[in-house]
Formats: sequence, C-alpha cells, structure tokens
Amino acid sequence: MKQIILTTVLLALPLLSVSAEWSGYVGSEARLFTGTALDPIQDHSNNWSLLTEPEFYHEWDDGQQSFTFVPFLRIDQQDSERTHADIRELTWLTVAENWELRIGLRQVFWGVAESNHLVDIINQTDLIESLDGEDKLGQPMINFALIKDWGTVDFFVMSGFRERTFPGVKGRLRTQPRVDTDAPIYESSSERSHIDLAVRWSHVMGDFDIGVSHFYGTSRDPRFVLGLNGSEPVLRPYYDIINQTGIDLQATKEDWLWKLEMIYRSGQVDSRGDDSYLAMTGGFEYSFVGAFETDIDVGIVSEYLFDNRDEYALTPFEDDILIGVRLAMNDVQSTDLLAGVIFDRDSSAKSFSLEASRRLGESWKVEFEARFFSDIPSNDLQYVYRNEDYLQIFLARYF
Amino acid sequence: MYKLISVLLLSLTAFNVVAETPEEKGLAIAIEADKRNSGWVDSTIDLQMILRNAQGQESKRQIRLRSLEIDGDGDKSLSIFDTPRDVKGTAFLSFTHPVKADDQWLYLPALKRVKRISSSNKSGPFMGSEFAFEDLSSQEVAKYKYKWLRDEMVDGKEAFVSEAYPQYKHSGYKKVVIWLDKTIYMPVKIEFYDRKDSLLKTLTNKEYKSYLDQYWRADRQNMVNHQSKKSTELIWSSYKFKTGLTGRDFDKNSLKRAR
Repeated sequence: MKQIILTTVLLALPLLSVSAEWSGYVGSEARLFTGTALDPIQDHSNNWSLLTEPEFYHEWDDGQQSFTFVPFLRIDQQDSERTHADIRELTWLTVAENWELRIGLRQVFWGVAESNHLVDIINQTDLIESLDGEDKLGQPMINFALIKDWGTVDFFVMSGFRERTFPGVKGRLRTQPRVDTDAPIYESSSERSHIDLAVRWSHVMGDFDIGVSHFYGTSRDPRFVLGLNGSEPVLRPYYDIINQTGIDLQATKEDWLWKLEMIYRSGQVDSRGDDSYLAMTGGFEYSFVGAFETDIDVGIVSEYLFDNRDEYALTPFEDDILIGVRLAMNDVQSTDLLAGVIFDRDSSAKSFSLEASRRLGESWKVEFEARFFSDIPSNDLQYVYRNEDYLQIFLARYF
Repeated sequence: MYKLISVLLLSLTAFNVVAETPEEKGLAIAIEADKRNSGWVDSTIDLQMILRNAQGQESKRQIRLRSLEIDGDGDKSLSIFDTPRDVKGTAFLSFTHPVKADDQWLYLPALKRVKRISSSNKSGPFMGSEFAFEDLSSQEVAKYKYKWLRDEMVDGKEAFVSEAYPQYKHSGYKKVVIWLDKTIYMPVKIEFYDRKDSLLKTLTNKEYKSYLDQYWRADRQNMVNHQSKKSTELIWSSYKFKTGLTGRDFDKNSLKRAR
C-alpha cells in the first residue's frame, strides 16, 4: 500500500512541476552585538541564524484563480523563541472584472510612511525577526475587494488572532523584564477566536494616492502588565479590543513625495487611564535623479512622528523626527543603501540605522544592517536597548 | 550675410520638397509613423535583457511586459520581473505621458507593499541597463519636436534621417537622431546625445517582423553606450496583440497580484 502511494506521488511530481512553480531563498544571518547584555543569562555577543522562505505559486483559469503557499522557518543559535516557523501565506485567490476574493492566510500592507507604519494593522508583527516591524505573521482572513471607478473597497473578516513574537529569555534586543508570550491576556472572552473586521477604501486621484480605513477587533499592539512566571517578574501582553480609524495619503509631485499617515484609536487604556489617542507620521522624500551627473539616485527622507499620549504612549516615537538618506546606485547589482536617524525632540534619545544590499552574481544577495541607540534616557521606552547596538550581515541564495 | 545664406538655403530646400520646411517634413514623418503604429490595442511580450560591461561580462534579466494603447496619451504598461531571482515577483506599473512626468508604482513582494515612486526618473537607467525609462516608453508624436535632415541608406535600407528634440524637461537627452526605414516606418538606428550634446548611446534595431499584417516589431535591439563602453541587448519574443486586456489589468490591484 505504502509503495503504491509513493509511486503515485513520484509520478505526480513531474506533473506538478510543469504547471506550478517554486521560488524563494535560503539564507544565513550573523549578528554581532557591540555591548554586553543587561541580563547575564543573555550571555552572547554574536548570534547566527539560518532561514528560508520558499514560495509555491500556481495559477489556472487563465490567471483568474491562483493558489499561493509561503512557509517560513528560522533556526536561531541562541534564542529558542527566535527559532520559529510560520505560514506567511496560504491563499486561494479568484479575480473577476469588478471584484477579487481571497481566502486563507495572508499578508496585507497599508500605508506610505518609511519610519513607522501606523495605519498598517491587518497583520501581527513578527517582532523577533526585526525591530523595524516590517516582518509580519500570516493572518487568516476572508478578503473581498470591490473594484469600482470611484476606488477599491476591501472588506476583511478575520479570526485566529496571532500573538506578537518577542525574544526569549536568552535572546538579545529584549525588554527587562522579558515579555512572557505564554501568558497573554485578552479583553475578549473569545480570546484568539474573536472576529475582527476591517474595511478600507483606496483610490488614485491624479498625483494623490489615498486610503481611508477602519479596524474593529483585537489590537495587534499589546500593552503590558507586570506579572510573575514562578518567581521571575515578567511582562504579560494584554490585547485590548479596539477601534482604529486611519488615513494614509501620498502626493507625488515629480521629485517630491509628500506622505501622511494618521490614526485615531480607542479602546486601549494607557497608564493614566485614557482610552483613546491620535497618532501621526508625516513628511517627505525628495529625489535627486542622476545625482552628480551619474546614474545614482539620492533621496532625502524626513518624517515627523507624533503620538498625543506623550510619555504615556506605547511607542518611543511620540515627538520624534526622522532624517534619512537613500542611495540607489542603479547598477547591474542593484546596490541600495538607506541610512537614517530618529531623534526625540524632547530628549537626547537617538537611534541610528543603516541598511544596504547588493546582488552577487545572478542569484545571491548580501544585505548589511546596523542599529545604534545613543543617549537614551531612562524614561524612554528604548532604554532597554541601550546596550543592544548591533551589526548584521545576511547572505541569501535565491532560487 | 549669414542670415541671407540661410534664407537662401531654406528657400532652396523648400523648393525641393514641395514647400515643406525640414521641421514640417520631420513632423509629417513622425505623424505617419505614429499612424501606421496605431490600433494594436494591447500586447503581451516576453523580454530578455542581456547587460554587458566593458569587459564583456554578462548579466541577464527576464521580464514579461503587458501594454495597453491609450488614445491621445502615452501607453499603460505592466512589467513583471522573473529574474534575477532576488527581484522575482517585483512588478512595475507605469502610465506614460509624452511631455509630463509618468505615473509609476512599484510592487515590492517582500513587504507586500505598493509604492508610488518619484516620477521624474525618465532619464534614469532601467534595471541597471543602458536603456533609460524614456527609451522604453511608448513613442508619442508629442514627445519631441522634429527636424528632417536628409535621406540616406542605412543597413541596406532607404531611410529618413531626422533629429528629434525631447519636450520633457527632465529628459536625459539634448537630441536624438533617428534613421527611419522608409518602407515600414520603424527606426533602424537611433543616436542619443546627452544634455551636453555629445554622443552618448547608439541603438540598433534588427530582425523586424510584422504582426497582424501591420505592426512591425524588432526581435533584437542593441544599445551601446559610447561613454561607458557598456551595452544592453534586448531580445523580444512571444508577441501577442489584441489579447483582451483592459484598464483593469493596469491598476494597483492587478499590480499586487502580478506574477
């Protein structure tokens, strides 16, 4: 019997490979921390990881239907929490003239800003992957998009909430005390099965790209309550039921990109008892195309980050400014660089970041990343990262 | 004196070509070329780019292109990148315009993010190649002002030779010189002069084939940069026209799911 199944599978494989395709990467990441961790149990200054993110894609019905499967796996040398797997995508899509329907696990991005992603709320952040918050966990959903002349309206029905990932006991770049991901608290008694709803209208009007959205459901950002795991003090993530209205807007005026994201959220109580707040990120990006009479594009990015909860905000970026430079070499190897600093207007806190990447040959790519935290005062949420400056190199083989 | 000579010369030429100035003749040729190349509605094409540096080292890119003809404006196009592997799934949506900036969106699959990008990069290189964005976008009459220079044999074909001056203020060129095949009204050769008016690149188009008994397309195009000694060859294949694409295939929704 086993043999028959095996033979059938083996016979079916070539058929599959004809009409379907695999792509993706296998990569290795090395991190070097320049300082000693705050907790002696985090007894390492370098870390090594292996990761892969293959993608299986198959379409039929003249491209009107498709199936996508994207698993993800990281094996981390030091942090057992960072060794994790996820299904980034497992989606069936069907397309018609005036609508699109997607069912399954997916990733959705909303927004325009570079420094911060306020409006983007559909997916949980896979924070253990990177501090920039741009890695996301797959979210189970039904997404129906209605496409009209006056814009696209996306409806989302979601359940199967994903908890934010946080470093484990040994992991670097973690809070003190650590976040206990085994002891989350939910406002809703249905916990992870709560039905979350969202709707977004988006449209292009000449030089303007606009989006207006509303989300009702389990907050992707937890607040924290102090708890105990045995005798160890821990932070327990608390997931409120919230309402969030968001707007994202970009005006593209030749060399200038003007960007604005704004949210109003209610239902998440801060430490002084207020349960609503307004936050905003806005700014510009200016490009010097073909700078210095070369093929290089130089972009200047600046954004202002604001949160009206002030020092009660759950973000360190409540009154901060980003200044950054983007370089696109436009060469055969697609060499890119993005360097920036976010500094607090009310304190000395500064965080620096540098990201650069370059293709090697036809199917390899190397990425470099560095983050430095400088002059962080003890009342800043980034204070926990004061010894966590790091350099990172990532080498990947794409297939 | 100078003026007198040019007036004299002008009137002589005018006499020869039925009271048409070189500018009028250049424009007339461009209008005729545009007329003959109108009505293809939409197309899908596969493109292989071979980038060669001065030492002859090669790098390849595989791209699929969908285009939609827009009356009275530049075409809409969607480019989907298959290789290099690290940019697989990246897609580029462009609404081109003859004299103003194009509207451009880029889909970044790693972030699932659609980015509207700065639209004044027409002069910038496309995918690290010797082709600028403006070289690859649709050829609209309004894109240039023209001046016919002479008729000449090139590559064994009778050709009109005209100068064209880009009207888009951020163009990377002062002028281009076009050799247009008199039989098929398609360019055989184009020379690109940079903003300082020195010769920058030469494009040669080869292996023209006709589609739908009317539209001529070159299977091979080679762009040589005389200043950097680099070159890029384009190999076009699987041309299909009137495939039934609509505006809906060229919006941000289709960009997100382009594969």
